Amino acid sequence: MKLSALHQSYINRRTNSFRSSGPLDSSSDSAIKSPAAIFWLVFHALCCLISLLLGYRFSRLVFFFLFSTSSTNFYTSPFRSTAELVKTLDVHSVLSNNPVANLDLPLLNKTVTNSRVVVGRHGIRIRPWPHPDPVEVMKAHRIIEIVQKEQRSQFGIKNPRTVIVVTPTYVRTFQALHLTGVMHSLMLVPYDLVWIVVEAGGVSNETASLIAKSGLKTIHVGFNQRMPNSWEERHKLESKMRLRALRIIREKKLDGIVMFADDSNMHSMELFDEIQNVKWFGAVSVGILTHSVNTDEMADRKKDEEENPRMPVQGPACNASNMLAGWHTFNTLPFAGKSAVYIDDRATVLPRKLEWSGFVLNSRLLWKDSSDKPKWIKDIDMLNGDIESPLGLVNDPSVVEPLGNCGRQVLLWWLRVEARADSKFPPKWIIDPPLEITVPSKRTPWPDAPPELPANEKPAMGMQDPIVKHSTKRTSRSKHRSKRKHEPKTDTQVSTRHSEQS
Amino acid sequence: MPVSSSPPPILDSSLCRLLFLGSRDSSTMRKCLWLWGLLFIALGFAWSITAERNPRTERISGSAGDVLEDDPVGRLKVYVYELPSKYNKKILQKDPRCLSHMFAAEIFMHRFLLSSPVRTLNPEEADWFYTPIYATCDLTPTGLPLPFKSPRMVRSAIQLISSSWPYWNRTEGADHFFVVPHDFGACFHYQEEKAIERGILPILRRATLVQTFGQRNHVCLNEGSITIPPYAPPQKMQARQIPPDTPRSIFVYFRGLFYDVNNDPEETSLTPLMSGSGARAAVWENFKSNPLFDISTEHPTTYYEDMQRAIFCLCPLGWAPWSPRLVEAVVFGCIPVIIADDIVLPFADAIPWEEIGVFVAEEDVPKLDKILTSIPPHVILRKQRLLANPSMKRAMLFPQPTLPGDAFHQILNGLARKLPHPKSVYLKPGEKILNWTAGPITDLKPW
Repeated sequence: MKLSALHQSYINRRTNSFRSSGPLDSSSDSAIKSPAAIFWLVFHALCCLISLLLGYRFSRLVFFFLFSTSSTNFYTSPFRSTAELVKTLDVHSVLSNNPVANLDLPLLNKTVTNSRVVVGRHGIRIRPWPHPDPVEVMKAHRIIEIVQKEQRSQFGIKNPRTVIVVTPTYVRTFQALHLTGVMHSLMLVPYDLVWIVVEAGGVSNETASLIAKSGLKTIHVGFNQRMPNSWEERHKLESKMRLRALRIIREKKLDGIVMFADDSNMHSMELFDEIQNVKWFGAVSVGILTHSVNTDEMADRKKDEEENPRMPVQGPACNASNMLAGWHTFNTLPFAGKSAVYIDDRATVLPRKLEWSGFVLNSRLLWKDSSDKPKWIKDIDMLNGDIESPLGLVNDPSVVEPLGNCGRQVLLWWLRVEARADSKFPPKWIIDPPLEITVPSKRTPWPDAPPELPANEKPAMGMQDPIVKHSTKRTSRSKHRSKRKHEPKTDTQVSTRHSEQS
Repeated sequence: MPVSSSPPPILDSSLCRLLFLGSRDSSTMRKCLWLWGLLFIALGFAWSITAERNPRTERISGSAGDVLEDDPVGRLKVYVYELPSKYNKKILQKDPRCLSHMFAAEIFMHRFLLSSPVRTLNPEEADWFYTPIYATCDLTPTGLPLPFKSPRMVRSAIQLISSSWPYWNRTEGADHFFVVPHDFGACFHYQEEKAIERGILPILRRATLVQTFGQRNHVCLNEGSITIPPYAPPQKMQARQIPPDTPRSIFVYFRGLFYDVNNDPEETSLTPLMSGSGARAAVWENFKSNPLFDISTEHPTTYYEDMQRAIFCLCPLGWAPWSPRLVEAVVFGCIPVIIADDIVLPFADAIPWEEIGVFVAEEDVPKLDKILTSIPPHVILRKQRLLANPSMKRAMLFPQPTLPGDAFHQILNGLARKLPHPKSVYLKPGEKILNWTAGPITDLKPW
């Protein structure tokens, strides 16, 4: 029906023209003979001339008025008129039963002067402001939420368990970037959540203010060592921090599923649905995104991939009967010697053999005296030294449950990107006090100038001093503000800033 | 269980005696106890099984729900006339596209009846007579059926059956039924004004028409016609199912034409679709900028998948009030929003459309968003549960091979409900009601 309508209309026009020519043939013979028909022909020509001048089908309207009855049966009257119209050589049209309104409606609804718009029983009703009503939009979103909640309760996980997320972090330039990403992912999780944030270098206001924005239940713990500058050391410290978090879980006897969300990872929402399926100890596949910086390497890498395609996925590997058969790890050989050592190296950062974030465990495994704990889990307090990955917690690696369709689904991605060690950023990423420096908008493509970091003393400062003076001059001549067409925005900016300060 | 020689005093009451089937003997009492215990356990199981089924789907209680699952076998007998293949098989051979377009119900109904248990080879005991004519199979190169030859075809078929068998003349077709799934049913035209002009084909006026078109107070809908859904390919729809836990994130969904963009050289403006109403154009003009309304004229490849991710699916009237969108919406669990005044929906006596869909008057289209958001959430959830009922979905489809409760069975149920035929339909000998020469002259030409 959707496609056929277009074709049908096409056929309409074609077949109608054929059929109307039929009666035309029969009527034209008689037309030539009778003077009345000649009169109608002349009248029709006159109407055509008038419509040329006026711009719409005057002739058709006249015939409609002449031949239609004033009956209110809205099926018969338009169609009788069309029968007449067909005979008078016009192609058919359908008009509504209210001829006066018909004249008005097309002019109202269509700005085009051609009033041949075919309107129906009601015309095209358009409300006075045909744009979304915010109240209705909010109501609709609430309905969508309710429907999705119902769907989840019917088809999704029954009895979802609390998700306990462990994140090691420390204050640095990109912390806000990474942590906000993780935070937003966690805010979308439809299950109960506890977020344990372990911070190297002690609890800081930076991190606290960031995670307070989430509205989630958080446990913010400080770790008394500062984060070192090399990747090796950093990985070791992060493992220690995670173990600290696991000890907290054990102390507080938190019940749920423990997952490790590193602050620079990217998580998909399906991950949180999938980990609900874990019984004791599970593993998911992690996609490894190693960014390469050197473009000279590209040619070498292409050859490499043809010979031996690298699988940038870390996780469980299954055999044909969907049982755990081994592990996929990241092939670090091509990067040997070329990987980053220090955090702000431009070289590729390599992941560990198996990342912590690819493992999930039932928090009951960590409890001290849990009767139904399986035998293969080691006690955290009995660990001598640190463990590189959660596999160090199990005696027998074959008990690990592969999740995500036996490791075939990549549910999260690992990436390590950090800014230079000497890069500075405003604390809490708030510029306070506001900047006084503005750049005139004439030369820049944006009407507002991008704010410059007060810490970054650029040589362009020298150029900016006259501008500063210029701006102070401008405010005193505020009367002339309106005359300047190009710089009203910067004017108001400067004036408000000055007013704030004073 | 300890055996006591004398019955305990509690069992002396008459009720207990009845319970233990009048026996006072301890061993038979024990047996009776076991029997009652087993009975209770069995009842408990049955109750739990039925209780578990409730949360996901809902059965429409009352007469409507039961009627959907009626079995027509044994309630009626249908005799299928043996017409020469020029009326059916040869037409299909000429154009096999007829098997997949939305008017394919007539072909599948024929095939279903040939092998159905309701078919009888003895016309004397038949309650209904079926004439297999594929009247909607004359397709244009683009696949649209042209109805211009259909009246002549039907006339010639009826002339044949009235001369070869006595059953037509006995009632002048009142116990015969025909499947006419075209746009305006037996009016045999795709344009509304022309269809109304023609009216139902005069010789079919006494027969029962099984058609997709249904509109109250319309010439082309006879009293007692059975409205059926248009044919939608069941296998294609089954193949495009997405996991049911995919969250429904589209609020309102519609794909189709809004304006009739034709290539008449005189027309410079767009005419709203449907020569009788501007409902679709009103939807577009009011809601094209609304992010909740996913409406467009594009024909995406993910059409079926998108419908399964939508909460409401619009079914506004177009050239004719019915559309396959209704079937698609029901099958994919999307609540149909029907914008067609006075429409008669398929199997209206078996399916409670008021409880499943949302009806919006054509003049209320500008307020459509307000109407939809003011539906209380529990009503929306109930409608979704009713739509999730598999018997509802099956009633809208024409599966091959046939399944119990599908559209074929609903048609037979509808025919069975019209039985027994009133005595008045049987004509006295020599009586004639139908006018065989009525209608446009072009229709009277032999086919």
